[in-house]
Amino acid sequence: MEALAAVGNRVRRVLEVVQDVTLFCVSVLRSAFFPPYYKHEIVEQIHFSMIGSMFIVMFSSLVAGQALAIQLARELAKTGAKSELGHFMVISSVRALGPVLTGIVVASRMSAGITAELGTMKSSDQIDALVAFGTDPMKRLVAPRMIGLWIALPVLTILGDTLSVVGGGFVGLGYHITLQSYYNGVAKYLTPANLLVGMIKPVFFAVLITTVACWKGLTSGGGAKGVGVATTQSVVISSVGILVTDFICTKLVFRVLGW
Amino acid sequence: MIEFRNVVFSIGDHTILINVSFRVTRGQTRVILGPSGSGKSTILRLLMGLWQPDSGSILVNDEDITQVSPQRLREIRRAMGIVFQHGALFDSMTVGENVGYTLLEDKHDEPEIEKAVEKYLTMVGLDPDLEDRMPDELSGGMQRRVAIARALAARDPGILLYDEPTTGLDPQSAERITDLILSLRDTMGKTSIMVTHDIADAFKVGNRITVLDRGMVVFEGTPEELNAANDPFIAEFLAPFRKAVVAARLRMDQVRGGAASGRATPDPFPQQPGGSL
Repeated sequence: MEALAAVGNRVRRVLEVVQDVTLFCVSVLRSAFFPPYYKHEIVEQIHFSMIGSMFIVMFSSLVAGQALAIQLARELAKTGAKSELGHFMVISSVRALGPVLTGIVVASRMSAGITAELGTMKSSDQIDALVAFGTDPMKRLVAPRMIGLWIALPVLTILGDTLSVVGGGFVGLGYHITLQSYYNGVAKYLTPANLLVGMIKPVFFAVLITTVACWKGLTSGGGAKGVGVATTQSVVISSVGILVTDFICTKLVFRVLGW
Repeated sequence: MIEFRNVVFSIGDHTILINVSFRVTRGQTRVILGPSGSGKSTILRLLMGLWQPDSGSILVNDEDITQVSPQRLREIRRAMGIVFQHGALFDSMTVGENVGYTLLEDKHDEPEIEKAVEKYLTMVGLDPDLEDRMPDELSGGMQRRVAIARALAARDPGILLYDEPTTGLDPQSAERITDLILSLRDTMGKTSIMVTHDIADAFKVGNRITVLDRGMVVFEGTPEELNAANDPFIAEFLAPFRKAVVAARLRMDQVRGGAASGRATPDPFPQQPGGSL
């Protein structure tokens, strides 16, 4: 009986957390969609998330794209379909790997930064000070981070996709696939629908990263250790959440839009 | 001007405040005194509307802030400035941006903000040239004074709230802060509530003192009445302070040769009529 009660309590606590996070997410979206806006903070966040993450996204995408191209080129060579490398690289990079890879790289970097910053602000009473001086922390701290990621993440995804596909082209040269042949495959399958599928995901990833990171930061407690734990959880939840969101988006795109 | 009426507040199953009542009249400094964990800082958070009480009323200028809309609460907050424990300065902003924060929020123009920053930094005894420094480049005492300057610059509030303003400071810095609090009351007529566990600060600054023990008010009165109180908890709470003062007095007498000449050390805490201490 006690074990049953313990399970019941556990389920109740999980449901409470889900409810809190959902309400927080709604509040984040409301803050991001309706004025007033802190323009200076938004610009700062775009710079921090876009410029700050640019090199690491470019490097990761180039390396991952080349690794993917090596695998694909070898398999395609076996079936005599090497000319399809461009086609497969577009589908796998632009629709699947690119957004997820960029999302996870940005999530690791941004989630940790956001949670640690907000958690430290909370533990040193800076959040209470903001409220006491008449500022809405959702407007000043959370909304700019959401808007910043909404702008930065799609741009970084395009950049990552481009480098991934370009990297694939150079790998193809090693398998006697000419750049012209590779380019033809890329151009044929780089359709608006494929591009759009790749661009929808980062919008949801941005909501996920901001909600998880800000919620973890603003609800952290227990001093430096508490902030450390919250930061770790934030990175883990964001990264796993991106994979789950990617799966749901892919499924919905196929089912609903038929793309 | 500020009144707590039978305020009860709890977090989860833990009751923090039990039927707390007191009143602060205009221009008065009320000290909330008590040991750590007695619920002192909670009072300030409730007064700022950061937390909601379970029951009871909190009146600011005859308006119950537990019953007002969030918009009205924001307006009422404008009449109050708060100095948080350890300052709570925004560490991503310079000293000047911290002091001018509310003016910046209210969209005042730059020269006006700069003038105000200079004025309030000077008022708290700091060099206005510090405005470009970051908070972590300042000493603890200077940070606390910047926090007071920020609270004053916040729409020139009539009410100032201090949460342990001298905690962790050296004696000289602590004295500068308490002198400043007294000066703000005496020269500008600010109504203040100071939360502290420092008995010397409470006696120095307070017009009236409320003593809390485990969330309950165990004493309310003037510093003189506190000194004369015969409650066992008060006696125990004040004992270390009294011993320290007597020891210091004795030591000073010895240094001056008073003990060698056989003069008796005057009792700094003479028995008050009706008091047992």
